[in-house]
Amino acid sequence: MLRFIAMRLVKAAIILIAIVTLNFFLIHAAPGDPAAVMAGEAGAADDIFLEQLREQFGLDKPLLTQLGLYLGGIIQLDLGFSYRQQMPVADLIFDRLPATLLLTMTAFVISLVLGTLAGVLASARVGKWSDTLISTVALLFYATPLYWAALMAVLIFSVQLNWLPGFGYETVGGNYEGLDRVIDIAKHLILPATTLGLFFMAVYMRMTRASMLEVSTLDFVKTARAKGLKPGIIQRRHVFRNALLPVVTLAGLQAGQLVGGAVLTETVFAWPGIGRLMFEALAQRDYNVLLGVFFVSAAMVLLFNLITDILYRVVDPRIRAS
Amino acid sequence: MLKKLSLLAATFIVATGTALADPVSGGRANAVIQPEPPSLMLGLVQNGPTQMVAGNLYESLLRYGPDLEPLPQLAKSWEISDDGLTYTFHLYDNVKWHDGEPFSAEDVVFSADVFLRETHPRLRQSLKYVESITAPDANTVVFKLNEPFGPFIGIFEVGTMPMIPKHIYEGTDYKANPANNTPIGTGPFKFVEWTKGSHILLTKNEDYYIDGLPYLDEIYWHIIPDAASRSVAFETGVVDILPGGSVENFDVPRLTAMENTCVTDKGWEFIGPLSWMWLNNREGPTADKRFRQAVMYAMDREFAKDALWNGLGKVAQSPVSSSTRFFSDDVSQYPYDPDKARALLEEMGYDGTPVRLLPLPYGETWQRWAEAIKQNLEEVGVKVEIVATDVAGWNQKISDWDYDLAFTYLYQYGDPALGVARTYVSSNIAKGSPWNNVEGYENAKVDELFAKAATAVSKEERQTLYTEVQQILTDDVPVAWLLELGFPTIYRCNVKDLVTTAIGVNDGFRDAYIEK
Repeated sequence: MLRFIAMRLVKAAIILIAIVTLNFFLIHAAPGDPAAVMAGEAGAADDIFLEQLREQFGLDKPLLTQLGLYLGGIIQLDLGFSYRQQMPVADLIFDRLPATLLLTMTAFVISLVLGTLAGVLASARVGKWSDTLISTVALLFYATPLYWAALMAVLIFSVQLNWLPGFGYETVGGNYEGLDRVIDIAKHLILPATTLGLFFMAVYMRMTRASMLEVSTLDFVKTARAKGLKPGIIQRRHVFRNALLPVVTLAGLQAGQLVGGAVLTETVFAWPGIGRLMFEALAQRDYNVLLGVFFVSAAMVLLFNLITDILYRVVDPRIRAS
Repeated sequence: MLKKLSLLAATFIVATGTALADPVSGGRANAVIQPEPPSLMLGLVQNGPTQMVAGNLYESLLRYGPDLEPLPQLAKSWEISDDGLTYTFHLYDNVKWHDGEPFSAEDVVFSADVFLRETHPRLRQSLKYVESITAPDANTVVFKLNEPFGPFIGIFEVGTMPMIPKHIYEGTDYKANPANNTPIGTGPFKFVEWTKGSHILLTKNEDYYIDGLPYLDEIYWHIIPDAASRSVAFETGVVDILPGGSVENFDVPRLTAMENTCVTDKGWEFIGPLSWMWLNNREGPTADKRFRQAVMYAMDREFAKDALWNGLGKVAQSPVSSSTRFFSDDVSQYPYDPDKARALLEEMGYDGTPVRLLPLPYGETWQRWAEAIKQNLEEVGVKVEIVATDVAGWNQKISDWDYDLAFTYLYQYGDPALGVARTYVSSNIAKGSPWNNVEGYENAKVDELFAKAATAVSKEERQTLYTEVQQILTDDVPVAWLLELGFPTIYRCNVKDLVTTAIGVNDGFRDAYIEK
């Protein structure tokens, strides 16, 4: 097991360097640079101004030298400096990371728990009206574009009913402390986390339902029934456990997106997280921030893949590392 | 008894009347800022959002009324010599920086002559005319010019010449100075905190040099990236002030229909944003003057104003905005006339070569506007292909002259020598910038007129020269003028005196108060 993890970590490091290099070239292939954007926002600039900016951003050096410098920094875990925001990139990212993790993990838990529950429920009542209802709702969630669902949620729960705040992380200027602050943040969390979780909730539901139905036709379940076991025990021990594997695979995928997977939601809900940071950095061609977010997200994806593989072996001990 | 009662009532009415008219202290302003500024150090960064927030922190020598007449800010009075070469400013004598250090004429000399000369591209152009800046005593500053420069009195606005504390910046690497993150100015509000991605908090400057000002206790600038969410923020009462351009134009009628909601398009007179389409004068059909005139006739600008801008703003008549000095309407006019456009196209023998149109990547309104103009042009037989870009890509394409028609809007800065000439004089043709003579227009007569007008001393002489240049330009149509944009500032009606000068919200909330 340890050997397996060590091997995977070495591979992950190599993949990371490759990803960073690829991203570096992709980003620099886009038209425009941060100096042009900053000058553009200022509405006026002369050659001296642009030259000053490019020198400051290090854009006057050859591309390969820039890449070399960046990789050199990454190996020492130095993500560089954002001249636009006047802050080290690592600080920027780690300031924003908790907000994103809170949002995406809540969405993750909501979708995983509700999705599998609904799936189990639907499979138990297959063909009945409750199954139809659950399946239809799931299909609706599956097909609804995220931004539309988000806007509708804001329109209904925030503008019309005035139950929940429509955007932001907490009440600005509210100066809440302790438990009040936790409640305030939780209120702000409900709409974005739910909308973000809708799609995966639907996916888990459909996957669990299909998987449960498939497994329940297999021979060992028939054997279990023949042995006279109670249906509840069969469902829980024999069917659900085996039906869970494909769900774990998908959950691993979603978990990989925990960082940086919420660009749209964070923008619509003014959630001060990594996804928005990335989106803004992209528009501003803030190369270091963009590469930094990509780096952290890629590292998280690799990490969650590893965790998923380990989880596989826990759920089904027959799976061995090859 | 009855008499007594009515007397009492009269007193009451007078009393409330006074209470309504008198500004009251206290309260919090919640405003939207969009997009998040890169920095609040106005001496280093002058983009729109930075100016809007930092206009509360920093000040300059003057501010400007809606008619562009100079008003006191840090300078309580000033004189201009008859030859137009010497400008003497007398400063308020009890001004302090936010850190408690006294502000003096030495700070003005440092800001204008040392700091901004190095960091401020727009001011640098105007400072070419300045021979010396001196401080004969702590409260007097003298600018001596090497030749008269007509618009000189117009460069003392906070976005153009913010005062920078000498004691913090002298001898340091300006861009790396840690003080950039905790800006220190002389303004009515002080910087408190900036939670990136969430909000910026400013608080009242208790030591402000004008007694009783400012009225507000604090200002929260909310950073909300999505335009629809900014509308929601106003609708749900989270913010009370939406500065011009913070919401999509199609949301404006819905928001202004709300109770207790006021709207104004004032406060943009100084910068006078004027929109036009760059027309590539170098190659393709747009190189032909008749084609460019045809574009002017083909566009239904009234429709664009009403449908896309909710009737705010004005159809542009000339390269000079009507709120800018020396505007003239004694020029060639281009009413909507598709037949004339078709005739001109036929006359030049337009062969149907398609043209590429670059919209401005600043939200839905500009996208729709590009579509409206595409339709206008196709009605007269011009094939148009819309090219989509993001902001960085747009800057690059414009800078590289890689377009046929391209939307833009530029600021006028109150005087043709500051904001207009740069677009049309041939010495300003250079690849790499999206705000110089991007269209590649060359006309020796125009160059000469702009040069003469900038340094002419008398107002009458300047007007004559600028009228002539406007006539030549409207005939040549180097660019296709669209609208003098009217950006609506939307706010709750109980917020008073929010927009009082020609710089509007960017001039800070010094005089604003919330009616109880």
